[in-house]
Amino acid sequence: MRRIAVAAVTLLALPTAALAAGMPQLDFKNPLMISQVVWLVIIFSFLYVLLARWALPKVAGVLEARATSIAADLDLARDAKAKSDAAVAAMNEATRKAHAAAQAEIAAAVERSKENAAAQTAELNARLEAQLAAAEARIGAARAGAMQALREVATDTADVVVTRLTGRAPGRAALDQAVAAVLAARGQA
Amino acid sequence: MAAEGHAIDALGQFQLHTAGSFIGAAVNFTQANLMMVLAAGLTLAMLHFGARPKAVVPGRLQALAELSYTFIHDMCTDQIGEAGKRFFPLVFALFFFILFGNMIGVWPYAFTFTSHIATTLALATLVMVLTTAVALRLHGWKFFSYFVPAGVPKLLLPLLVPIEILSYLSRLISLSVRLFANMMAGHVMLEVFGAFIVMLGTAGVIFWAPAGLSFAVNVALIGFEFLVAVLQAYVFAVLTCIYLHDAVHLH
Repeated sequence: MRRIAVAAVTLLALPTAALAAGMPQLDFKNPLMISQVVWLVIIFSFLYVLLARWALPKVAGVLEARATSIAADLDLARDAKAKSDAAVAAMNEATRKAHAAAQAEIAAAVERSKENAAAQTAELNARLEAQLAAAEARIGAARAGAMQALREVATDTADVVVTRLTGRAPGRAALDQAVAAVLAARGQA
Repeated sequence: MAAEGHAIDALGQFQLHTAGSFIGAAVNFTQANLMMVLAAGLTLAMLHFGARPKAVVPGRLQALAELSYTFIHDMCTDQIGEAGKRFFPLVFALFFFILFGNMIGVWPYAFTFTSHIATTLALATLVMVLTTAVALRLHGWKFFSYFVPAGVPKLLLPLLVPIEILSYLSRLISLSVRLFANMMAGHVMLEVFGAFIVMLGTAGVIFWAPAGLSFAVNVALIGFEFLVAVLQAYVFAVLTCIYLHDAVHLH
């Protein structure tokens, strides 16, 4: 129990006791106070020089090597991309050209076949025209022949009718004239 | 170490003594200096073994070295600008020297050299002398216009200029005392609660609960110490960068 009381008192009296005892950090009579600062200067100087001349440049070198290697890789990738872009552009150009050539070919072929068809049509028309003309000529001849035959029949018939009715044969010339006049009047001469 | 007799000796841990047997004693090489050598060695070893694999895809140690490098490098260029690259090795040295010093200090039986005002004051003096020298060299006499705030009535200048000078000089105190006080306070707390564990633990079964509580507090304090160790190193480095920015750019 007594120990606890002592501990409590010690705790409460601690700040005062600390000040009374004096902090070793403020004990400037101790020669070690000065010597530790002298050694600090020496050690810190060594640390600074070694860091600045040796250790930090090493790390900087590693970082720099990484940066350059990454930059080189990026350049490589950029080059590859440019190449592939160029290849794609060339391919597009070739496709476009081939397309245009094919279109021209098709257009020419269509034009040619149109011309052929027109020529054939014209030839066929001419032939049909000629045949038509020939047929019309033939019809005309047949018609003339028929008309001629009709005239003769009419003349003969008229000759027979007149002979039966009158008992005497009319003159051939007068018959021809009369038939011609009748035919002319009917518009069939 | 703790609870000798009936008093908690929270400050004995900061007592300097020589290290390295009679050779160390002959040159007054203290245990603080031994820890400084260790901190400097760890900093250099981290970079040396980290940079050695030279792998494009870094392993853990290499990633640590590279992240440390880029972290401080970015801090310098962000805070100071392009001119910051010249001060990069110094800021790197300060940050990792203090960081490893603080971290080593949390280790049992180790010594925290940043808990000595003489050490932190020496580092702060280095920063102050450097920034003032840089400012004087870059700006010459124009540097003293730094103490004359722009756009202030001339009548107030006799009052403001001494205040500006005082605040400039107080950087030395704030830089050194901040680091020293943080590290010392943490270690005193650890020591006090450590002593509680021993005192309460030996006082009887009924005190085991508060003893256990003290132990839990100490566990939390250790974690807190790591936070403070990193934070204070960072603060020191960032403030160095800000002061260097002022020195390079004036305002």
